[in-house]
Formats: sequence, C-alpha cells, structure tokens
Amino acid sequence: MFRRATGLLARRLMSSSGSRARPYSTDLPAAPTEDSTFVEAWKKVIPNIEPPKTPLSFMKPRPATPSSIPSKLTVNFVLPYASELSTKEVDMVIIPATTGQMGVLPGHVATIAELKPGVLSVHEGNEVKKYFISSGFAFIHANSYADIVAIEAVPVDQIDPSLVQKGLAEFTQKLSSASTDLEKAEAQIGVGVHSALNSALTG
Amino acid sequence: MASNAAAPFWRSAGMTYITYSNICANLVRNCLKEPYKTEALTREKVHFSVSKWTEGKPEKPTIRSDTPED
Repeated sequence: MFRRATGLLARRLMSSSGSRARPYSTDLPAAPTEDSTFVEAWKKVIPNIEPPKTPLSFMKPRPATPSSIPSKLTVNFVLPYASELSTKEVDMVIIPATTGQMGVLPGHVATIAELKPGVLSVHEGNEVKKYFISSGFAFIHANSYADIVAIEAVPVDQIDPSLVQKGLAEFTQKLSSASTDLEKAEAQIGVGVHSALNSALTG
Repeated sequence: MASNAAAPFWRSAGMTYITYSNICANLVRNCLKEPYKTEALTREKVHFSVSKWTEGKPEKPTIRSDTPED
C-alpha cells in the first residue's frame, strides 16, 4: 500500500525538475515548511493516517527576501570553539576576501567569499571592532544576513608584534631555502600570514 | 565561466584546503600575546588513534596525542 506513495512522489519530482529550470534561491519566497503536493497525494490515498513529517517540516523556514532593503545587516560570526557574534545587527562589515577587502552593507547581493588571513572589521554606529582572522568563509544571504566562519579570530590588540617579526624573518628565510613544492608552499603560507599580521598591526 | 580557475599555490603544491587553513590558524596562534597564547595552544591539542584495517582485522593503532600519557 505504501509503495504507491513513493511512486507518486518520484513521478512528481521527475516532472517538476524536467519541465522548468530551478529558480535561484535569492528569488524564492519564504521556504514552505512542508511539501503540499506530497501531503495532498498522501491524503488522497491514505486519508486516515497522518502524512509522515519530512525533514522540511523540522527545519526553520528560510526567511523571505524582504522587498525593501533592511536598514541593518545581521551578522553571525562563529569559530569552532565559540560564537563571537550571534545575530548581531550592524551597519557594515569589511571582510578580508581573497579578492580583496570587501565591504558588506545591508542589501548586499548574495555572495560566498573565501577569506584570506586578514582583518575583519565590524562597524556599528561609531564603534569599530577589529578581529584578525586566520582564514575561513563568509556567506552573505539575500535577506541581509551574513554568516562568517573562521578557525581562529583574535582581536588585533592580542597580537604580539615581536613574535610577528620573528615569524616573518624565519619564513622568508625558509622560503629562499625551500626545496620541495610542499616546503615552498608552507613557507609561502607563513610569509603571507605574517605579512598580513604585520599590516593588521600597523594599518 | 571558467571551469578550471587558476588553483591557489597551496592546491597546486598538493595541499588541501583544510591543511592550509590549519597551518594558518597555527601560525596566528603562535603570534599571540602571553595569556592568550597559552589558552590558544590548549585549543590546538588533538588526541586520536588511527588504525589501518587489512583483511577485516585492525592492525596496531597509531596514537597521535598532545596530552601527556598517564
């Protein structure tokens, strides 16, 4: 008896994916909490039993893209061991993307950016908080939510300048004496990270 | 749309993104000022044991640990 339900589901999925291209997620309205075609088909065949809950009904629906640009950007900044900022409303964040420093304002186009070692600054009114990020990703959604994930993030005043200089000298020396590709890559990473730390301290 | 974007230097040297990211994090942790540095180094500690399986039986495990043996 239940085999028919899965057959109906499969046929419905096939027809909808073949006939039209899927819209971008930025153009969709708020995500539904259950698949209404499935529920109707279930009720027609098995009216007495409640339709099973699908993962969709357990998830919080994706918030709809508001029609006017919101005034604040909501930032979630998380690290593996702590949540630095959790749904904090700010005016702007500047993220150190691999393509350069990127400023994110409310209403920014949805973007996924890979981050390079650099400074993340969070602007709220007149105060600016700066964190040095080791590397990570930033996901900016169409509804002005930004999720920033990083492995290590420290406020810039926790960085020790003498250790940075020592590290920079050590890795520049390693870079010139490196032989294998892997050693060269590691030395280059070292030089890159330490020069980013240096400019974070001075800039 | 470029299907083969220029690989970053660490990728062409055979390193994965996770390795690159962990190396960056370690370098940053080693450049911190004193009380923060010791806290950060405790975060870096790992403890795991890996064993290869051959013909359905595990071989001797290798234990990688930064915590001192009891």
